[in-house]
Amino acid sequence: MSAPALTASAPAGLRFHPLRDSATMLRRNLKRMLRYPSMTVMLVGMPVVFLLLFVYVLGGTLGAGLGGAAHSGAAGGRAAYANYVAPAIILMTVAATVQGTAISIAMDLTEGIITRFRTMHIARVSVLTGHVLGSVIQAMFSLAVVIGVALLVGFRPTAGLGAWLATAGFLVAVTFALVWLSVALGQVSKSVETASNLPMPLILLPFLGSGFVPTDSMPAGLRWFAEYQPFTPIIETLRGLLMDKPIGNNAWIALVWCAVIALGGYLWSKRLFNRESSH
Amino acid sequence: MTITQSRPAIAATGLRKSFGDHVVLDGLDLNVPRGKVFSLLGANGAGKTTTVKILSTLISADAGDVQVAGHDLAREPDSVRAAIGVTGQFSAVDNLLTGEENLLLMADLHHLARGEGRRRAAQLLEQFDLTEAARKPASTYSGGMRRRLDLAMTLVGSPQVIFLDEPTTGLDPRSRRNMWQIVRDLVAGGVTIFLTTQYLEEADELADRIAVLDHGRVVAEGTAEELKRRIPGGHVRLRFANPQGLDAAMRVLGQASRENDALALRVPSDGSLRSLKTLIGRLDDRAIEVDELSVHTPDLDDVFLALTGNPTHEEVTTR
Repeated sequence: MSAPALTASAPAGLRFHPLRDSATMLRRNLKRMLRYPSMTVMLVGMPVVFLLLFVYVLGGTLGAGLGGAAHSGAAGGRAAYANYVAPAIILMTVAATVQGTAISIAMDLTEGIITRFRTMHIARVSVLTGHVLGSVIQAMFSLAVVIGVALLVGFRPTAGLGAWLATAGFLVAVTFALVWLSVALGQVSKSVETASNLPMPLILLPFLGSGFVPTDSMPAGLRWFAEYQPFTPIIETLRGLLMDKPIGNNAWIALVWCAVIALGGYLWSKRLFNRESSH
Repeated sequence: MTITQSRPAIAATGLRKSFGDHVVLDGLDLNVPRGKVFSLLGANGAGKTTTVKILSTLISADAGDVQVAGHDLAREPDSVRAAIGVTGQFSAVDNLLTGEENLLLMADLHHLARGEGRRRAAQLLEQFDLTEAARKPASTYSGGMRRRLDLAMTLVGSPQVIFLDEPTTGLDPRSRRNMWQIVRDLVAGGVTIFLTTQYLEEADELADRIAVLDHGRVVAEGTAEELKRRIPGGHVRLRFANPQGLDAAMRVLGQASRENDALALRVPSDGSLRSLKTLIGRLDDRAIEVDELSVHTPDLDDVFLALTGNPTHEEVTTR
């Protein structure tokens, strides 16, 4: 405990190291995920259950309703529906992961370790970027599991290597955007329970878009919402990449949405993190 | 070095903070010399935690000038953060990580080299008697262990000024004594400790200087001895077998305060043998039977209650 060396070491010691601190915080969050695996299991389990429900329970009928000669009969319909619904389930996997992000941020805030970080000379944003990077990695893991299960239950993508790489990159971008939004939602929540409920719309939005049924089968008002909400172009881009279909301008619209959500989520999160506690 | 040495570790003038209509700090002045234990003593809600939060950069003051470790709190909060360590009232450890991982996390955030971080962590685990539990998750720790880990984490960065906000609240007597020893060792190493407590015994035991906080102001400041001298708290308590004895003694002793329910009298006294002899002699002369006699020297309780005017202890304060 060398006494007051402060004035001498001040200039060098006062530099911030956001990258190094973010890497430290990322390691912390990955360790926490490994120590608390039930969370990851729950986050992967939910989309898998939805996938099985939609393919085996509803798939025969819904697939027949998709139209087209190949979809006649319950078995044919189920196979077609597995291909149709897979992108929505993939997006739901991302939404479930970011729900986990909101929960772990809220847990952190109640536990007091964040208060410690606030009194330390560290790059503040690293507390948040650690969560964001950790969640992106967790999402990639969950996506691998969910896509694996989808392949087992009849999902037959026609994408080549290039399209798969583009899919991976696109999913990273989507996850990144939604995680930043979720980091803000986790902070704005007063309790862990609220934090787990606030991102719920993200899980429901694929239903109110082209995720589970084509939008032209919906009533007029809902159809308008479904066509213009951000998840529809995201799902259409995934569908196009995986099933080798024309994407049109959906990819650009999706990426612009991602950029807007990411930037908005980042600025909101940063502002929330820098506000003072009210007591 | 000589310049920084002579400067106080913490200097605050006219510190004010309100939450809405509720005034928490009402013009607080503090002067904490370097390398000492300074204790802020106050009841619950007196503003202790708010003071620590302001001094440790967590919240900003509405008004007032503060220098911590030679840096202006408002203008250079980052320099202040680099010089301080905080162990708050509520544990700030990561429950899912082990004790060792918690310390290594702090080492990484202080940008210690890998080997240096490991050495520091091992040394702190040893010093705080946590080596055996080092590989267990912090969630399995007892209250005392958690508090020690919390403080060990604060020390990884070798802070010059350490804030301890009620460090022993909720600890058993043994853990409390452990914590006191740790604080003494830290001060011996040249660190300044800013300690808040609601335990007078703790302030008496540890603090070089004590400030009594009441309704957001410092109502008295000094060493424990100085504070005790300010309050004539010494008395002799006499208990009687019956009300007649009490009445008789009251007539003889005059300036005593009586506790009718307990059949007892409190007689002001400096506790010296001579004054006791005189007192006993006067009672003996009238053949008044005394069941029990006890001598009370003034302690910080008397000081505290007198200064903060707690109405439920009116008897103590108005004597």
